[in-house]
Amino acid sequence: MHEFSVAESLLAIIEQEAASYGTAPVVAVKLRIGKLSGIVPDALRFAFSVLSEGRRTEGAALLIEEVPIQISCRACGRVSTVDDPFLLCPHCSGSEVELTGGRELEITEMEIADGNQSCQEHP
Amino acid sequence: MEIKVVRNILEANDRIAAQNRDLFTEKGIYVLNLMGSPGAGKTSLLERTLEHLKKRRKIAVIEGDIETSRDAERIAHFNIPIVQINTGGACHLDGNMVRGSLAELSLDHLDLLIVENVGNLVCPAEFQFGENDRAMILSVTEGDDKPMKYPLMFQVSSVLLLNKVDLIPYLDFDMERFQADALKVNPKLQIMAVSCKTGEGLNAWFGWIEGQLA
Repeated sequence: MHEFSVAESLLAIIEQEAASYGTAPVVAVKLRIGKLSGIVPDALRFAFSVLSEGRRTEGAALLIEEVPIQISCRACGRVSTVDDPFLLCPHCSGSEVELTGGRELEITEMEIADGNQSCQEHP
Repeated sequence: MEIKVVRNILEANDRIAAQNRDLFTEKGIYVLNLMGSPGAGKTSLLERTLEHLKKRRKIAVIEGDIETSRDAERIAHFNIPIVQINTGGACHLDGNMVRGSLAELSLDHLDLLIVENVGNLVCPAEFQFGENDRAMILSVTEGDDKPMKYPLMFQVSSVLLLNKVDLIPYLDFDMERFQADALKVNPKLQIMAVSCKTGEGLNAWFGWIEGQLA
């Protein structure tokens, strides 16, 4: 949960990063959200769209890559992608594992409308 | 125009948590984040812990609640430094809130800082504030199916105190299933069966804390 406060933090990062690129609208944002992050993608999209009204990100698409739970086993050395939140190696049932994926909550890329696009809107 | 960004969205909180942690390390303070559902027994555990440790260690407590200072009042008679945070609605404590409360504490000559988080089995697991360890307390009356339903909380905790075990005869609590599930979700979880009311099992908890303080 906390999608609203996460969306606010996300917006702050976008506005900070986009400040070096003029004032054109941000049209898309790419995120990686881990299955164990506690954040629900659709709820984040909703919060983001609400908070974006009147801001540079209004109408921006949130493209979310949902990152699965990944476990690295120290006993057998295998790295596995699992559906359940059990920290046990699915191959050897070992418990000496490390969570190597699934807790991500990051922005990776953003797309800013460039000059050409604006020209297309106003032929 | 596509721009590579690559930033952790929660970096603002993580940064404050790291700063808090640096301060605690500099002052030599061990910080414990105590989490659990409302009514699981966090404050009762705190009372038992203070009774046991107060004479040997310098302890301070930060209490987190949405409203009231009832928990701070409950432990006031121990005469240790206590700060009560009222979040007014926020369901967990975060780095910023804890940092704000540190201003009201003298951090010199402190061995142990226990932060009793807001009663909640979901949100506190998502926000660190610079603690050394996280301990969770769950009472048998909440049911034996909680590890599967709330995996993140069980995963971020080092210790799980299963409280109110004196009530097991009156409940359908499957201890074997509970422990098996909890260990599936977090194989490294140390589970301690306790009763803050009768005192059963608490020595294991005191031993664990003393081990962390050593």
